Amino acid sequence: MTGQVSGEWPLYEVFVRGKRGLNHVHVGSLHAPDDELAVRHARDVYTRRNEGVSIWVVRSSAITASSPDEKDPLFAPSGDKVYRHPTFYDIPADVPHM
Amino acid sequence: MSVVAEPEPEVEPESQAQLEARFQAVIGRKDRIEPRDWMPEAYRRTLVRQVAQHAHSEIIGMQPEGSWVGRAPSLRRKAILLAKVQDEAGHGLYLYSATETLGVSRQELTEMLISGKQKYSSIFNYPTLSYADMGTIGWLVDGAAICNQVPLCRTSFGPYGRAMIRICKEESFHQRQGYELLMTMMRGTDEQRAMVQESVDRFWWPSLMMFGPPDDASPNTAQSMAWGVKTHTNDELRQRFVDMTVPQAKALGVTLPDPELVWNEQRGAHDFGQPDWDEFWDVVKGNGPCNAQRVAHRKRAWDDGAWVREAALAFANSENGETSATSATSKSNESNQSNETGTA
Ligand SMILES: [Fe+2]
Ligand SMILES: [Fe+2]
Repeated sequence: MTGQVSGEWPLYEVFVRGKRGLNHVHVGSLHAPDDELAVRHARDVYTRRNEGVSIWVVRSSAITASSPDEKDPLFAPSGDKVYRHPTFYDIPADVPHM
Repeated sequence: MSVVAEPEPEVEPESQAQLEARFQAVIGRKDRIEPRDWMPEAYRRTLVRQVAQHAHSEIIGMQPEGSWVGRAPSLRRKAILLAKVQDEAGHGLYLYSATETLGVSRQELTEMLISGKQKYSSIFNYPTLSYADMGTIGWLVDGAAICNQVPLCRTSFGPYGRAMIRICKEESFHQRQGYELLMTMMRGTDEQRAMVQESVDRFWWPSLMMFGPPDDASPNTAQSMAWGVKTHTNDELRQRFVDMTVPQAKALGVTLPDPELVWNEQRGAHDFGQPDWDEFWDVVKGNGPCNAQRVAHRKRAWDDGAWVREAALAFANSENGETSATSATSKSNESNQSNETGTA
């Protein structure tokens, strides 16, 4: 993965932790010649106004994503499992802390 | 292959005192410690113990309920119970991932559970003798877990707090399905009502034990609170649980098996009796009714699954071998323990 790079710099995905305690969130992408410089560039491009306390970068090519065609097989089955939600259960309103 | 940006390494290495001061300042601001921050070794060890114990509890906790999936009385009840047990597996995985950010591997954690080096909540060492227990566990055991877990959403270690937030969102269904199950049985026959009462009688005291020993027998609490790992003492949470549960028991029409349980007007809280702490310590030591069975079951599942883990790895390596000779090794580098993206 860190072998010779020729032509265009590879694409990186950038994740920023907004503040301590929060997850890193995907904010966008950028090109950089290597991992180290990707962090520097991410700092310049995505955190000029105190947007974060920590940055992750990862080569876009290292990300495996589900495809839009799989949307139904992956996610539709949970649609009819309404019993996974607390609102499925009728509890009288006068039962407290539930 | 991720690189994490953190404060530049100083030219002069920071002294231990400086590191500790910075750590304490973060805690003092009620801010979160993140995996790549410097932390005292004792803080790391405390968290490994607590988060691992929590993860093990979720995983072992599948057994007492899982054994009733096939015997639940309707398709609806089977589906609900199965969904709940699935959630508990998920909770275990969130928490194992959080533990791994502290530099322990999943395999080590599993081995420490199986060898008895790490514990899980004693509540799961009690048997589930009747179907009513499925309701009681949801109501009381998940109810007590919620009491414990809501404040942990603000615990000082970031990955633990974030796992707790996900878990708390899912727990509400657990408690409500249990209470609804018991309500349904209470509307049934005398025999069903008696089953509910008998089940509540068995689970009440072990549920109170879930908050841990009384404050004066819990020497680690003060340090855990100073570190912001815990935000309330065991006794405070136990009190909160009792106060929340009493009106629920009344609405359900069951009695809680404690003759000392009474509303104290002055305190604005319930007075209640103490669980049998000798029994508690005995179960912690491994002498509960189901300790041996729970661990043996987990060990069997682990051993029986060995060929699946090996086969999947062999298949992945052969696939990688066809496309690129190096990807197998770069994959294993990526599972570096200090990398928080354990689930990526
Ligand atoms: Fe859980
Ligand atoms: Fe639960």
